[in-house]
Amino acid sequence: MRRRFAAAAVAVLALAGCGSGDDGADDELSGTVTVFAAASLTDVFTDLGARLEDDHPGLAVRFNFAGSSALAAQLTQGAPADVYASADTDQMDVVTNDELVSRAPTLFATNTLEIAVPPGNPGGITDLADLADPARTIALCAAEVPCGAATEEVFDAAGLTAAPDTLEEDVRAALTKVQLGEVDAALVYRTDVQAAGDAVEGIEFPEAADAVNGYAICTLTAAPNPAGALAFVQLVTSEAGQDALAAAGFARP
Amino acid sequence: MRRRDAGVPAPLLVPALLGVAFLVLPLVGLVVRAPWGDLGPQLTRPGVGEALRLSLVSATLATVVSLLLGVPLAWVLARSRIRGRSLLRALVTVPLVLPPVVGGVALFLVLGRQGLVGRWLYETTGLSLPFTTAAVVVAETFVAMPFLVISVEGALRAADARFEDAAATLGADRWTTFRRVTLPLVAPGVAAGAVLCWARALGEFGATITFAGNFPGTTQTMPLAVYLALQRDPDAAIVLSLVLLAVSLATLLLLRGRWLGRGAGQGGVA
Repeated sequence: MRRRFAAAAVAVLALAGCGSGDDGADDELSGTVTVFAAASLTDVFTDLGARLEDDHPGLAVRFNFAGSSALAAQLTQGAPADVYASADTDQMDVVTNDELVSRAPTLFATNTLEIAVPPGNPGGITDLADLADPARTIALCAAEVPCGAATEEVFDAAGLTAAPDTLEEDVRAALTKVQLGEVDAALVYRTDVQAAGDAVEGIEFPEAADAVNGYAICTLTAAPNPAGALAFVQLVTSEAGQDALAAAGFARP
Repeated sequence: MRRRDAGVPAPLLVPALLGVAFLVLPLVGLVVRAPWGDLGPQLTRPGVGEALRLSLVSATLATVVSLLLGVPLAWVLARSRIRGRSLLRALVTVPLVLPPVVGGVALFLVLGRQGLVGRWLYETTGLSLPFTTAAVVVAETFVAMPFLVISVEGALRAADARFEDAAATLGADRWTTFRRVTLPLVAPGVAAGAVLCWARALGEFGATITFAGNFPGTTQTMPLAVYLALQRDPDAAIVLSLVLLAVSLATLLLLRGRWLGRGAGQGGVA
């Protein structure tokens, strides 16, 4: 936890420095911006991308949504992208340590975990302890991805041993298992519960406060479209972007 | 034989060599990049043996199920006169073109505890298939069985039907003819199809991670372990890949020597 907050503090400082670079916003933006973003950002980033395209008719925004760690692995293997947004600072560190980042990452949102259950709560889930019950069918994120790291933290904090039946490769895969009604519960982000609408029910639990994920975004050194990349990052960190994130259930950093 | 090898025409030889390079170089890459000095500790990490054992057991079970269902199916496709055979053939080979993840979702919709059949099973017996080792076998069978069906059907079509006709003339019924004449005749094709099916099942990823989930010891096969390791520790992923590669190569070479012999080339994948 301490490392996360330290990284968050650095990132907030970086936010101040972010605007002082060359400001390409006045130029007419064109071409394609490729954004690699954490699976939990799927809905809100898709909206923001459409908004940027509306503002700049010559610009197309393409997304690759997946687990932050899968994306970080793709980037370190040389995947061509302009922007990377991760669901925790550990995965952002993977990319910055490889010197792929053209300016310091910016912390732009935080997220906490929530229990998602199918409508009607067939498994009778009430709190985190029910996810430690082997008799129930539970999906959790794999420890390799940010939501899985946060999951380990909440179970550690609660002194419980999780009893998952499957460890999913990203948070949306865990959510899908709930939407299909194939598990009694999954631990996902509160924003995922909100995005799923009526398809799932959310159950908040106090231990969630022990694992707050910081979302970081950066432009990449190898960006084919640096001006477009900067425009997207500026939109995400702008007041409009922050409002969209808040509406999706993210908290401000 | 040797004389013919010497005379491979250049228009065939050059693309053939390119083909070999294209298929083999990635494997060379794995071997070159492998952390050889670190091999011991990587191999003895908890879960490696478990994932390997699970992979071998589930791929073998999937092959057995595919043989039991796929050989009769291939016979129906090759020999019977039922209507709509071409449509049937197209339908049963759909898993070949279906992205395996889609296959996994489709399996959920039928066999999941909210699925068409699975719901009934769950409500009457309390049994639920997803997230079990049985689900791994089901997912692998779904993806791999068409390979066996196509191989065996090809072998049946290539086999000389006059032997079967002769058996019938001598008074054998169709079941006896199938057992005593047809099956021995196409045995190399069946073996080749089984090997292909086993290999496909061993490498299966998409349908498995979707339908069976990912849990060490229960559903985490080697391909799933490799995928997750790649996200945290690429070296571990390379080691796991090498293990899978070595085991599958060894098995295929062994089987080729023992079962397939020389006949496989003639009666094999059509």
